[in-house]
Amino acid sequence: MSKVIQQLPAVLLLADGTTFKGFAIGKTGTTTGEICFNTSMTGYQEIFTDPSYYKQILVSTNVHVGNYGIAHKEIESDSIKIAGLVCRNFNIPYARKLADENIQDYFADNNLVGISGVDTRALVTYIRNKGVMNAIISSEETDVTKLMEQLKAVPDMNGLELSSMVTTSKPYFVGDENSAIRIALLDLGVKQNIIRSLTDRGCYVGVFPAKTNFEEMIKWNPNGFQISNGPGDPSAMPYAVQTVKQILDAGIPLFGICLGHQILAEAAGVKTYKMFNGHRGGNHPVKNLETGKCEVTSQNHGFSVIAEDVEANKNIKITHVNLNDHTIEGIRLVNHKAFSVQYHPEANPGPHDSRYLFDDFIKLVVSN
Amino acid sequence: MPKDSSLKSILIIGSGPIIIGQACEFDYSGTQAARSLREEGIEVTLINSNPATIMTDPVMADHIYLKPLTVQSIVEILEAHQIDAVLPTMGGQTALNLAKEADELGIWEKYNVRMIGVDIHAIETTENREKFRQLMIDIGIGVAESQVANSFLEGKEIAQRIGFPLVIRPSYTLGGYGGGFVHNKDEFDAALMRGLKASPSHEVLVERAVLGWKEYELELLRDQNDNVAVICTIENFDPMGIHTGDSITVAPAMTLSDQCFQQMRDMAILMMRSIGNFSGGCNVQFAVNPEDESIISVEINPRVSRSSALASKATGYPIAKIASKLAIGYTLDELMNPVTKTTSAYFEPALDYVIVKVPRWNFDKFKGANKTLGLQMKSVGEVMAIGRNFQEALQKALQSLEINRQGLGADGKQLRNLDEIMHSLANASWNRVFHIKDAMSLGVPISTIEKVTRIDRWFLQQINELVLIETEAKRFHINNIPAELIVEMKQKGYCDIQIAFLLGCTEDEVFEKRYNEMGIKRVYKMVDTCAGEFKSETNYFYSTFEG
Repeated sequence: MSKVIQQLPAVLLLADGTTFKGFAIGKTGTTTGEICFNTSMTGYQEIFTDPSYYKQILVSTNVHVGNYGIAHKEIESDSIKIAGLVCRNFNIPYARKLADENIQDYFADNNLVGISGVDTRALVTYIRNKGVMNAIISSEETDVTKLMEQLKAVPDMNGLELSSMVTTSKPYFVGDENSAIRIALLDLGVKQNIIRSLTDRGCYVGVFPAKTNFEEMIKWNPNGFQISNGPGDPSAMPYAVQTVKQILDAGIPLFGICLGHQILAEAAGVKTYKMFNGHRGGNHPVKNLETGKCEVTSQNHGFSVIAEDVEANKNIKITHVNLNDHTIEGIRLVNHKAFSVQYHPEANPGPHDSRYLFDDFIKLVVSN
Repeated sequence: MPKDSSLKSILIIGSGPIIIGQACEFDYSGTQAARSLREEGIEVTLINSNPATIMTDPVMADHIYLKPLTVQSIVEILEAHQIDAVLPTMGGQTALNLAKEADELGIWEKYNVRMIGVDIHAIETTENREKFRQLMIDIGIGVAESQVANSFLEGKEIAQRIGFPLVIRPSYTLGGYGGGFVHNKDEFDAALMRGLKASPSHEVLVERAVLGWKEYELELLRDQNDNVAVICTIENFDPMGIHTGDSITVAPAMTLSDQCFQQMRDMAILMMRSIGNFSGGCNVQFAVNPEDESIISVEINPRVSRSSALASKATGYPIAKIASKLAIGYTLDELMNPVTKTTSAYFEPALDYVIVKVPRWNFDKFKGANKTLGLQMKSVGEVMAIGRNFQEALQKALQSLEINRQGLGADGKQLRNLDEIMHSLANASWNRVFHIKDAMSLGVPISTIEKVTRIDRWFLQQINELVLIETEAKRFHINNIPAELIVEMKQKGYCDIQIAFLLGCTEDEVFEKRYNEMGIKRVYKMVDTCAGEFKSETNYFYSTFEG
């Protein structure tokens, strides 16, 4: 955007007092959240609407955002879920024929506050070295002292339960209701493409609110359980851990994704921890230890399972590891029909390398 | 799978003389390959007929042969040395063709030499247009409608069936040599004759021309375990109709949604896996219909390509170096990213900047040459620039061409004759990008320029912003221009000479004002393959301006 078009200044303030200057994008206002960065070069729309980003301010390392507009069908939930956007170049005009509107209108409609013109490279290397922290963006208040007061009121992500804020309010059902494969999906903040990945494989999917108990879901007669992705700290979700324990006891196949993976680990007695920076992007290398094959994965998580706990746990087999930092990316419970991955096999955005996991899940369900 | 320890001595084939379509890129890849193999303790023998290369410096290989790239020379080398394997993928099509010729004569078999980094089957499939087309159909990937002609009569019949516009692509030629577009019946006969004559096998492909479709290139690496990574995606600013080597290209892709890109990535991986079982680099080209985003494959090269060198520079990921390691048996997950030194070589680089490549033509040296760009590559080199947005990278590239332009205009060389401008937009030559901006300055609507050039409107909007900011700048002079405006102009790639031109002052005055008075100075950013996610150790930086 050229300054020929009048631009309102905006400021980004980090919890440690560091400030970055830029220009207002989206709605004029103030927003807070935990700041994190994503290195994907495509898929901004899918990222904005991913419920796992709830309460997070997103920094796009890709320097142009908005280039191909907004296509209403390419969303992962019904609204923008990020708390704010920080970017270098915010591009309102677009050419894509399949797009419905420009990014500025979309942000304004969704009341999203953002900041552009930021030296995102400097910001990202700063966060990389200091770790994730809370931040505030404002285009209406420039007094840093006042913003800092507001920022101090923002709770730490550690210990925060957020799934119940983004989950469906009541159950809904998708796919062919006559299908022999019925999957109950515990919606902890599900991305639409997880549901689509199941219905595309012929499943009938029941999507249940995060706090639905096991007894209620089992009444629906599912052949398998999908525990979805979602925001927040898994250790603050005893209700979901309890549900998963009951599913395991009942011997019904289970597949966990991202937060669902962490919940499965917790149910198996493994603790989780908040990572220094987390993994967010579409290029994270993962090795499947069972096949020896590697896959480029789409990731978005700030918590992880404690590797020592997993290694010491005789009931868990490590199936996938991250080739960069050797964190655990996938597990399988030895005495149960349950497995999970830390990354996003459903992609959207990101590579499709890991879609086979849905096939594996269906096979597991069918063989049961 | 670890390194194959039976490979103790490897022959690398160079690309021969520098010609249009095959320049120093292959010197770059060959040099990287030689270094990469030697650091593994492998004895490297090199053949190249071109002494004006880095790869033939005495320090680069154990044995260097400055000999004609012929089978006879290969035999001489194999007689003199115990060679275990030949790596023909670093020397472009020339090296691949020589390797194939030697294979057909049974040379490799006779001397017990393995071919690594590619297989003969892949060369055959990818260079033979008809085989390629059939394979694509077999694996369910779209291609432009086409048919092979081995005679003049056959070609005429095919043209009648497919209709115009058409492309004629001779088999086994380099840089699109002998090929071209045919817009109507009148041009067809001559074009067909030329194509048949250019092909060593007297064979051409007559193909429907997808003029104006968006064009993309993906650079891939694959290892023995069939792990594949897409190292770089390059978008052509100039749509289908202009040879990639003659197109302005941009990375990362600027106008692709994730949906479309991932589909393309899946197709590229499937294509690479379908052409044979080899470990190394591969280049795949696609065309995308801007109307409905349907994708067709254009070609696949089972080797390090001209674009691989660009992709290496664009991402920081040393493709030829890693491809060489893969060729001797390493898998991607066993290797470290040589830039971060702490993360895996198996990943897909993330860019937090934009690169723009602009070809460099030298039409002055080719008196009488047709200067219109098309299927046959005419540029003699290229420049690549890095910026924190497309505009900056584009202007920096144009400043680097050494053609006495200071950037994208604002240097007193604007063309003002509308007829000439419109003719230039419709008949692209080396200066079309300048004329796009000139057209905008004269008030030609973006929609008109889009219609004539078929360039994605997003790129045109980016150029139009430059026109707008220049109009804004002209309202000021050196004494009253606000610092924010200078910052924005520097961020959009304007050099001080351009700003001086717009303000009506001297370059020195602009420098004095912005540097000494306003403190607007360059900052330097690292090209680290990972968008800053990991700490890296590299001496590869670019300069830019941050607010």
